[in-house]
Amino acid sequence: MNASIGKPRLLFDFHGGIHPPQNKTLSNQRPIRPAPLPAQLILPLNMHLGAPAKPVVQVGDEVLKGQKIAEAQGAVSLPVHAPTSGKVVAIGPRPIQHPSGLDAPCIVIEPDGREQWCELHPLPDWRTCCPPSALIPRLREAGVAGMGGAGFPSAVKLSPRAEHPIEQLVINAVECEPYITADDMLMRERADQIIAGVEILRHILNPKEVIVGIEDNKPQAIEAMRRAATGSGIEIAVVPTKYPSGGEKQLIYMLTGKEVPSGGIPAQVGVVCHNTGTALAIHRAIVFGEPLISRVTTLTGKALREPGNMEVLLGTPVSALLDAAGADMNRIGRLVMGGPMMGFTLHSSAIPVVKTTNCILAATAEELPPPATEQPCIRCGSCADVCPADLLPQQLFWYSKNQDLERAQQYNLMDCIECGACAYVCPSHIPLVQYYRFAKGEVRKEMAEQQKADRARQRFEARQDRLAKEQAEKEARRKARLEGSKPAAASGVDVAALKAASLEASAAYKAAVKALKAAEAEGSDQVAALASDVEQLKAKADAAKAAVRDAGNAPAAPVVDVAALKAASLEASAAYKAAVKALKEAEAAGQDVTALRTEADALKAKADAAKAAVRDAGPATAKAAPVQPATAEQPAAEKADDGAERAQKMKALKTAFNMSHKHFKEATAALEHAEREGADNLEELRKQVERFKLKADKAKAALGLLVDQAKADMRASGSDLKSLKIEAAQTEAAARQKARELEAARVKGDDERINVLSRELDALQREAQVAAGALKAATDEQGLADA
Amino acid sequence: MSLITVTSPHATRSGNHTGAFMRQVVYATIPGIVVMTWLFGWGTLFNLMIAIPAALLAEAAVLKARGYNVRFALRDWSAVVTAVLLALAIPPTSPWWLIVIGIIAAIVVAKQLYGGLGMNPFNPAMVGYVVLLISFPLEMTRWIGPHEAPSWFDSFRMVLASANVDAFTGATPLDSFRTWAGNAEQLQALPILHGEFASLGWEWVNIAFLIGGLYLLARKIISWHIPVAMLAGMALIALPFWLFDDARYASPLFHLFSGAAMFGAFFIATDPVSAATSRYGRLIYGALIGVLVWIIRSHGGYPDAVAFAVLLMNLAAPTIDYYTQPRTYGHHRAKRGATR
Amino acid sequence: MTTILVAVFALLALAAVFGALLGFASEKFRVEGDPIVEQIDALLPQTQCGQCGHPGCRPYAEAIAAGEEHNRCPPGGESTVVALSELLGREVLPLDAEEGSALDVKRVAVIREDECIGCTKCIQACPVDAIVGAAKLMHTVIADECTGCDLCVEPCPVDCIDMVEIKPTLGTWSWQRPPGVGSKPDNLIPVVTL
Repeated sequence: MNASIGKPRLLFDFHGGIHPPQNKTLSNQRPIRPAPLPAQLILPLNMHLGAPAKPVVQVGDEVLKGQKIAEAQGAVSLPVHAPTSGKVVAIGPRPIQHPSGLDAPCIVIEPDGREQWCELHPLPDWRTCCPPSALIPRLREAGVAGMGGAGFPSAVKLSPRAEHPIEQLVINAVECEPYITADDMLMRERADQIIAGVEILRHILNPKEVIVGIEDNKPQAIEAMRRAATGSGIEIAVVPTKYPSGGEKQLIYMLTGKEVPSGGIPAQVGVVCHNTGTALAIHRAIVFGEPLISRVTTLTGKALREPGNMEVLLGTPVSALLDAAGADMNRIGRLVMGGPMMGFTLHSSAIPVVKTTNCILAATAEELPPPATEQPCIRCGSCADVCPADLLPQQLFWYSKNQDLERAQQYNLMDCIECGACAYVCPSHIPLVQYYRFAKGEVRKEMAEQQKADRARQRFEARQDRLAKEQAEKEARRKARLEGSKPAAASGVDVAALKAASLEASAAYKAAVKALKAAEAEGSDQVAALASDVEQLKAKADAAKAAVRDAGNAPAAPVVDVAALKAASLEASAAYKAAVKALKEAEAAGQDVTALRTEADALKAKADAAKAAVRDAGPATAKAAPVQPATAEQPAAEKADDGAERAQKMKALKTAFNMSHKHFKEATAALEHAEREGADNLEELRKQVERFKLKADKAKAALGLLVDQAKADMRASGSDLKSLKIEAAQTEAAARQKARELEAARVKGDDERINVLSRELDALQREAQVAAGALKAATDEQGLADA
Repeated sequence: MSLITVTSPHATRSGNHTGAFMRQVVYATIPGIVVMTWLFGWGTLFNLMIAIPAALLAEAAVLKARGYNVRFALRDWSAVVTAVLLALAIPPTSPWWLIVIGIIAAIVVAKQLYGGLGMNPFNPAMVGYVVLLISFPLEMTRWIGPHEAPSWFDSFRMVLASANVDAFTGATPLDSFRTWAGNAEQLQALPILHGEFASLGWEWVNIAFLIGGLYLLARKIISWHIPVAMLAGMALIALPFWLFDDARYASPLFHLFSGAAMFGAFFIATDPVSAATSRYGRLIYGALIGVLVWIIRSHGGYPDAVAFAVLLMNLAAPTIDYYTQPRTYGHHRAKRGATR
Repeated sequence: MTTILVAVFALLALAAVFGALLGFASEKFRVEGDPIVEQIDALLPQTQCGQCGHPGCRPYAEAIAAGEEHNRCPPGGESTVVALSELLGREVLPLDAEEGSALDVKRVAVIREDECIGCTKCIQACPVDAIVGAAKLMHTVIADECTGCDLCVEPCPVDCIDMVEIKPTLGTWSWQRPPGVGSKPDNLIPVVTL
């Protein structure tokens, strides 16, 4: 720390750079003035780089000057403080300092004009009171961010990792952008406070050297800083005027010869770099305990009558500053926040000043003429000659334009600092920086998408694994159950054979019954013989059935049993029904019906018995239902196939409907828009709307048909409780929606629509009732079965 | 009030546009035009008067066919530059149709068919020149002897292709050297090989183009890399051979001030579109052109070689650029060549 | 005659030498690349939407490797087709998709929660488990994990799932590509707030 004024530092010169007209005298002729208190202060929750702060006040709260109104969220974040006393009048989206023109959440304060401070915690004895690291949280709580460029929280920069010992502390007072004089004026007027802030930084970081870099076009500032730094060991280094020597990386290289590694931070090479304004804010935050609530901003440009620097409360809208500087609104061609090389245009003058706003440039159209028409790149290489990062901008342009992101990255696209030197010199007026920003955005997007895709792949695979595992478990359970019913399987052959016999017998019996009926109808005399045949066959069938039942019951194999029982029961009831029919016919024919009646009674008893048996067996096997024996599998599969086909059809139709409905909606919107605008293609648009509506209706009708079919099938099968449930819910939801629509129509007072809607609602409600009824019936049945 | 939202930077260098760049190139050829007119008569001016309108017409026609804003595109002056360079490269005795064919090859084929300004891989003027040289070798090698300029009327008749051109033409220094290379006595006896310090007459043409080139350097229209590398490459390779056998090989000075050496170095090889663009790349590109010129002059089938050398190196330019990326700030080493 | 023999032998010798060289090189510089399925899968967008007719991206990657057309991925769009063509050395085919199904805008599913009946059908349909909820309770979509595949929209019995376009935020916004040669990059906007 023995740097002296007499021995100039050896400077390293970076590649490229440009010398645009300075235009600094426009604004550095007047001392810093306080800006007037505006009617409203708009404080964005992300004035800094990092996570936005979280409001800790509510609309209507009274706040004091310096009071915290939003707290930091996460490591890289900062709180927001009230710049003056007043009342919170709104918390919500407002246009903010961003080239996108998007709105972002802000806290709006209406000042009460009393400027009443909250309680502060000054620390004038910071050298002795506590360890240096204890000062860092104070800076964070004071909301101190880098005030030169990106607004990176200063506290984060001041906590370097242990493996990177800090050798140099660089204070960036270069201010190389044309027009801006905020740091220049600050150094001229408040050099002592800046140096005091630098001392605090030195105390925290304990570097070997402290170097303040100032461009040689600010002789007064250099003089003031040298005076203030006398005896402190802080070196004031004068760097030649060249844009962008104020870029952090360029300044570090100029002063130390060290290059910040690509994609890295200065601390990795043992350097920490802070801005002069930041040093001043740090001084005020520690010594006076004041949070960062105001800053010095340059108001310049030829559209202003009184350009100069102002001490501005954060949150002051640009329009208030323009008024204060005597702006000629009609002459402003371009409103830039920041300098002419790297600043961004504002789309609204309601945008507030934030921690990083070093300049408001209200330029006339002559001063910063509208962009010229882009011409083809002739690869003249002027851009490569001025690039401070030593890139090949012409190649980057070529690949960015063609979205060849891989090649662009190979040419180190991501090392571009967007200083704009290349676009400044381009004879073809190509907006090079925008091409690079576009390509960088695409690279980031691609990276994010890749990450998302990777995550989606992982989740998909995890899900597949899970499903496979579930399937395997199910399989295992089924196997276990089968193991449990092995005895049944052992006698399985018997059962099957018996069953076949039983079926045969019952078929023969049925045939006989049919023949008997025919004979009866004809009044044939063979009726008696046939009746006895029937009797015999029935006895046989019964015997076979009984055998089957016995075989099934004996090993208590519920799976096989239930199916058999069901079949038996169905057969029995069929037989009974047939007998009853025959009996009736015989009665009608006036024949002797006693025999038939007995038979029918017997059959009825049998059928009842079979039903009871089925019911008994039911609960035991209710859960095994899906794994049915071979006999049931075939038709089930067929049904499933049918269902799948229909589902596919429904899916297609639904997609078609959705698509055409969407188109219809879009077309309608377009038509409305066109009608508003009075466009001349109304007819065409109307036709389009009609066409899409027709298409949508068609698809809906077809879809409805299919849905009805499916519903009918479901009802027929009757057993699908779940689908019944869904149907009930669906109809209910539809009815609810209709009711809402009706309500809306009532509010509007559209009689015709009310009528239509109430009719529709009635229908829907009826449908809902039916569905609910079906569901209840099904539930009851299920409950019965469960019981 | 209305505001524009636009990307930074908001300031641009004033008076800086492609048309101005190209105009400077045209101005820089004036010394050369004056000397050529003095040595070879009015033919050079007639060439220019035919070439420039032909080039503008051809460019306008293609641009219109491609649906471009013709007025805006013509303002880049690139067609004029191509026309001037081609007009100065072909013999002043050329008939009008030769020039027109050359212009069409240059503008339509070499430039616009590849996508117009900025997209052409080859130097358009040199493509036009080579097309003519291969198709019409006789017409393309009939140069007037220096200081034997025909009258403007004879020149005019040559343009209309009605004069007996052979009455005026003779071998150029490079032709003569080729013919008699190896025969020291003959080389000594030929006056055309002995001007003030290099070849007769042509030394002044080259000095004139050198002056124009220095003007371009001073105005920062071109960078020094390509011309210096090309001339150095040519001289350095010529030197040892000349020392070894001065009857077979011409001196470096002779090479530097004969044929299209200076014209090529400052006006042809520096065409930014088709040249290499990185700093090291430009040095390599220029030096290799110089070496190729010497090789073709000394061993090839054609007396002069700038066109061939430039076209060959145009082919190599993308590769050269690929392997000569500068080391970007913050990187340990330059990324040179493929990384995948 | 001898000249012909000499030529033949010379050619044979050359063929043998180069063959040996090539064989050596193929052994020595063998590239242990990913299996092709992995590489294809890496290029697919992993929306798992099934619009290609396969139950997920990986099965489709396997199908492509087995010879299926590589233009059936609407979410991937033209760029995926081009990337696959490059990888596979196949011809660039036009995207095989219904009109309007290949959307440039990214979307996520959003459940209108007051209408959800808790049927769990969408949970079962989601290929990346991005929907949480339980039977008879409201479900919701984890927007960050949603791939925008549309698969949950259709099973919903009460149609309470919307596909919502993702709007740019301050974090995701980026500059547009300039309009190019012959145009000006500016955007004139009238300002009213003065």
